[in-house]
Amino acid sequence: MQNQWSAVNSGPLTGWGRYPVVAAKTVRPENWSAVDNYVKNANSDALIARGMGRSYGDASINDNGYTILLERFDRFISFDNNSGDLHLESGVTLDEIINVFALRGWFPAVVPGTKYVTVGGAIAADIHGKNHHRDGSFCNFVKAFTVIVASGERVLCSRQENSDLFWATVGGMGLTGIITDVHMTLKPIESVYVEKTEIKAKNLDAVMSLFDEHEKNYQYSVAWIDCLARGNDLGRSILMLGNSIAKGDERIKHLSNPLSLKEKRQIQVPIDSPDWLLNSFTMGTFNSLFYAKQMSNHHEGIADFESYFFPLDAIGSWNRLYGKRGFIQHQTVFPEETSREALKTLLTMSSENGWGSFLAVLKRFGPQDGWLSFPRPGYTLTLDIAVKDGLFEFLKELESVILNYGGRIYLAKDAFLSAEGFRKMYPRFNDWQKVKAKYDPKNTFSSHLSQRLEIR
Amino acid sequence: MDLKDKSILVLGATSSIARALAEELAKQGAHVHVAGRNLTEIERIANDLSVRYQQQSTAHSFQAADFKSHETLLNQVESKNGKHGLDGLVVAFGELGDQIEAQSEFEQAKSIIDSNFTGAVSILTHAANHFEKQGHGFIIGIASVAGDRGRQSNYIYGSAKGAFALFLQGLRNRLCKSGVQVITVKPGFVDTKMTYGRQGMFLVASPEAVAQDIVKALKANKQVVYTPWFWQWIMLIIKTIPEPIFMKMKM
Repeated sequence: MQNQWSAVNSGPLTGWGRYPVVAAKTVRPENWSAVDNYVKNANSDALIARGMGRSYGDASINDNGYTILLERFDRFISFDNNSGDLHLESGVTLDEIINVFALRGWFPAVVPGTKYVTVGGAIAADIHGKNHHRDGSFCNFVKAFTVIVASGERVLCSRQENSDLFWATVGGMGLTGIITDVHMTLKPIESVYVEKTEIKAKNLDAVMSLFDEHEKNYQYSVAWIDCLARGNDLGRSILMLGNSIAKGDERIKHLSNPLSLKEKRQIQVPIDSPDWLLNSFTMGTFNSLFYAKQMSNHHEGIADFESYFFPLDAIGSWNRLYGKRGFIQHQTVFPEETSREALKTLLTMSSENGWGSFLAVLKRFGPQDGWLSFPRPGYTLTLDIAVKDGLFEFLKELESVILNYGGRIYLAKDAFLSAEGFRKMYPRFNDWQKVKAKYDPKNTFSSHLSQRLEIR
Repeated sequence: MDLKDKSILVLGATSSIARALAEELAKQGAHVHVAGRNLTEIERIANDLSVRYQQQSTAHSFQAADFKSHETLLNQVESKNGKHGLDGLVVAFGELGDQIEAQSEFEQAKSIIDSNFTGAVSILTHAANHFEKQGHGFIIGIASVAGDRGRQSNYIYGSAKGAFALFLQGLRNRLCKSGVQVITVKPGFVDTKMTYGRQGMFLVASPEAVAQDIVKALKANKQVVYTPWFWQWIMLIIKTIPEPIFMKMKM
């Protein structure tokens, strides 16, 4: 028998972007002692944990050894209704947290663009959301967690205790071990509604000054940017600002329960869309229409958390829209000083070469701790790009431009970065490597991403 | 049947179906207590139910083959529950085991039979008497479609599950006059560790969907429930194949 702890599912496996594809041996243990057994009996380069598989690139796949699904470790352990302190297993999704706690007046303090991520994955990628400029990343609300390290030992770590392992695991892409359970803090909410303000900006300079002007007054800020617009329109965008709505507010007075999220119907994308659907013509049309939809220059309204934070969750398997070759999501951040020039260069490159994007998103980050955490003060740009011929060359070119501007690529979305590029972008990798050597000297924990970036 | 404030014990609660069922029952307002072999995992499940449904779910150790401990366990749960007592029992433990090994090692065969059948008979002997005396209650037994017809690939497990289904049928016949409901559940392919990664699986149901079916059957006072429903028809066809043909089939 291949192993005695759970059955093995052999077959192709990918991240959310469906590129690259590896032949994986996936296991789905249902009790922690099975996980212990995998760790204790592992060879080198053998194991990577996987939650919902929502990282876009190759962070949660491994063609060497086992990919361990943690989806069955989705149990809450305790909750303090006075402080919002939540102790739970790493396989619980933000969706489940919201289902259980929104009605009681609590919500995750940081959410990304989808609620279908696990808490373990959120720590490993140190995810961020629309409130990063105020609240920082997910880990700012994580007090402690337990990691099964390569020796099989369980190490409880926090900012005080075993802090080296804490900081190496935050943003560490699962390469320090397997997170078993987490102590985090939820934030109190009075309603599940946001008042949103949308402002049109005619180009990049305009949207950047709007960020300067408004950001401090809003909990949430993000801009949709038409990265196909050129010339004077370069960086044409809509800034979307938001604040939570308080309990007694006029606009939600008619609701019987302001904490209740209505269950939404999910539309499924049943098949891969044909490659010709998303060409530069259709995307240019889509983007222009989206911009035009915003009739006035200034628009106000309310939205519930679900549609405000997770608009794409309404479409199941939306990753299939990009066809069977898959797509990549490319997110970079630049220092404040170089942001303007860097964004102009990136947008020009993307519009001139027709590397279109449904969703290009611009956001400004605040400060951030964490050795391999992606956020840092400055502007971050996210592009979706379908995989097609010439992409690899284009991304190579992009990488050198990004390095010139002192920028950094988000590992949770990456599938192409080079090992040298990675080292330049993450200056605290040296600190990280010492902790990796201490807890995982034989490189038990390894993914396609870590092999590509020569992280060990 | 209204499940609000009913006190229910789920045996073998670490299995995916049992856990989903425990959740579904708790969602309906029942107080759910859990027991199983691996106490660490059972405690996690009890904690989870307590947090999600804001109730006090208790965790207990249960070994199917440790027959002597069964009566004590029932008394323990009942006494811990105070006035709630015990209104329902879910028998969800059992093990697929290793058919190939069981063909040559009787000990393996015996262990499969004990965990799927003898253990169930033992705990249900006490539970049935308790419910009969009490004059109300319900028993949910998770059998299997594998118990409907013997096949070379899993006949040790299948025969134990088949025997369990017969036992439940007899028990139902005996207890119906005491107002005690006995449900036999026959799940088809469900996304559990028994099916994960195995070839030849089709129409695999989620544990949550199966749990919903079971609770629906409980409330509707059903006796035997195939879940998902179409397994009743699949098994009907399989049972209809004449033995001279069936015995030559590779199944």
